Amino acid sequence: MHTIDEILQILSEVKPGIQVEPDAELVRTGVLDSVDIMSVVMALAEEFDLEISPLDLKEENFHTANAILELVNRLED
Amino acid sequence: MKHLLELLDSTVQRWQDRPAFGDEHGTLTWHQVGLAVHSIGTAMTRHKVQRRPVALYLDHEVPCLLAMLSTLAAGGYYTVLDTAQPPERVRRITDQLEPALLVTDAAHRAAAEALGLNCPILGVADGLAQPPEPFVLQTLRAEAIDTDLAYVLFTSGSTGAPKGVAVQHRAVLAYSAWAAGTFGIDETTVFGNQTPFYFSMSVTDLYTSLRTGAQIQILPKRLFSFPVQLLDYLTTHGVNTLYWVPSALGGVVRWKALDYTALPPLRTVLFAGETMPTPYLNYWRAHYPTALFANLFGPTETTDICAYYIVDRDFADDEPLPIGRACDNCGLLVLTPDGKAAAPGEVGELCARGSFLAAGYYNMPDKTADRFCPNPLQPHYPETIYRTGDLVRYDEEGLLQYMGRADNQIKHMGYRIELGEIETAAFGQEGLQSCACVYDAPRDRLVLFFTAGRDLTEALRTRLAQRLPAYMQPAVYRRLKAMPQNQNGKIDRAVLREQCKEDENHAYH
Repeated sequence: MHTIDEILQILSEVKPGIQVEPDAELVRTGVLDSVDIMSVVMALAEEFDLEISPLDLKEENFHTANAILELVNRLED
Repeated sequence: MKHLLELLDSTVQRWQDRPAFGDEHGTLTWHQVGLAVHSIGTAMTRHKVQRRPVALYLDHEVPCLLAMLSTLAAGGYYTVLDTAQPPERVRRITDQLEPALLVTDAAHRAAAEALGLNCPILGVADGLAQPPEPFVLQTLRAEAIDTDLAYVLFTSGSTGAPKGVAVQHRAVLAYSAWAAGTFGIDETTVFGNQTPFYFSMSVTDLYTSLRTGAQIQILPKRLFSFPVQLLDYLTTHGVNTLYWVPSALGGVVRWKALDYTALPPLRTVLFAGETMPTPYLNYWRAHYPTALFANLFGPTETTDICAYYIVDRDFADDEPLPIGRACDNCGLLVLTPDGKAAAPGEVGELCARGSFLAAGYYNMPDKTADRFCPNPLQPHYPETIYRTGDLVRYDEEGLLQYMGRADNQIKHMGYRIELGEIETAAFGQEGLQSCACVYDAPRDRLVLFFTAGRDLTEALRTRLAQRLPAYMQPAVYRRLKAMPQNQNGKIDRAVLREQCKEDENHAYH
């Protein structure tokens, strides 16, 4: 099981300077644009050695840090 | 025909209750669009905008389209501002435009006021509540001529002041007649609109729809992060026609999204705005063998497009696509630096003439005179051509091939190099998702940025060594997690050049 701090760490590496709450909306607000999302996906795949399929690449899996955490934990099971 | 809203009038009459403009909040019929334009247009006339600029500070949604057409109804010309840009960048445009009126909505009211413009602000909701005054609008229409401006579109220009391309009704009428006819746009067409309304490509979506009764479904920008959901959205809304930048089509390719969900009912896929990597085209064509694919080419200064190529054969992954031939009713010349017609096969600057041409640059007489010039091949009467700054040549089949920007060609080891040739050679490499070659001028070296699922540096080095001369070999290969994009969704080369500079600063630490 991963922790929210690991996800927040990745987000801050992808987008230096951002400070987000675990449940803050990231996609509709434009905090993460499509280039950022791509970077997050690549970082998750590398850090956690995950296989992220196109079907996992959905708005509901990326719209908050907590949603990303759930995705990562689900993929690791 | 002299005025763009004549297109709207006849479409409203003919297609009344068919869907016209949709976004994720809802869809308006042509009848509803007609009413809204009369109301907002009437509200705008209160501010005396006839033959004056109106700035629109609205998101990429249906109300922005209504405000654009309403400006035309009130006899003015519009500029759409990007609400996502920081205020100082927006002011670089409004300083030049000096709008007579700013139109916004409740969500952007505070930001619009903070721009500090010296003009009244109209809310879209207030405009919609205005009872239409047909007589006032008819009078304005009667006073209009086809060389009045329809809009001023600012090119993003990474350095210096943005240039406002001033486009007349006549140009959009001529251009949209070509585009609608060539690609069979009609009332059964449903556009999936990707491009922002401050970008010239959106002119094609909007005005071919006005002309034919086609429907525009505006795609939420965030869906381009989620390709499978994007495709499902197209299916849900019955989208059958795309006119996107290649980077947007590439997002679907990178995830092979067409293999993971039902295919949207596409029949026409058009693209422009940057070079189309042939592997992207091949992936899409493999899934849509009977659809029409076309490579469109042109600057904002020819309304949107001046040349096009309908894909009519197979292309290898590292074979460049032609830009084809002149659009009907648009004249093209290929000129050598001394103003002569280039011989067949010879590289020259692409120049355009005819009714597609913009009037010039807004408040920039010197820049206008520099690019909108007398035709050197036609000395008998005054005729203006637009010099695109793009280098082209005719190939053996008589098709135009794009050879890069005249001002972008770099000189490296004494050779003139077109960076696009290096990118084309790199494409075809198994596993490569996207790439962009940048010239690192301070260090006189080529840097190839790429994205891929694994490090392809050695594979690319070997591949390019076999295909390109020594002076075209990149010195540095940089794998990125994601390719940076500008506000229109194209590869952002300015950001890549900045990264070269940063690399240099870090090199000695």
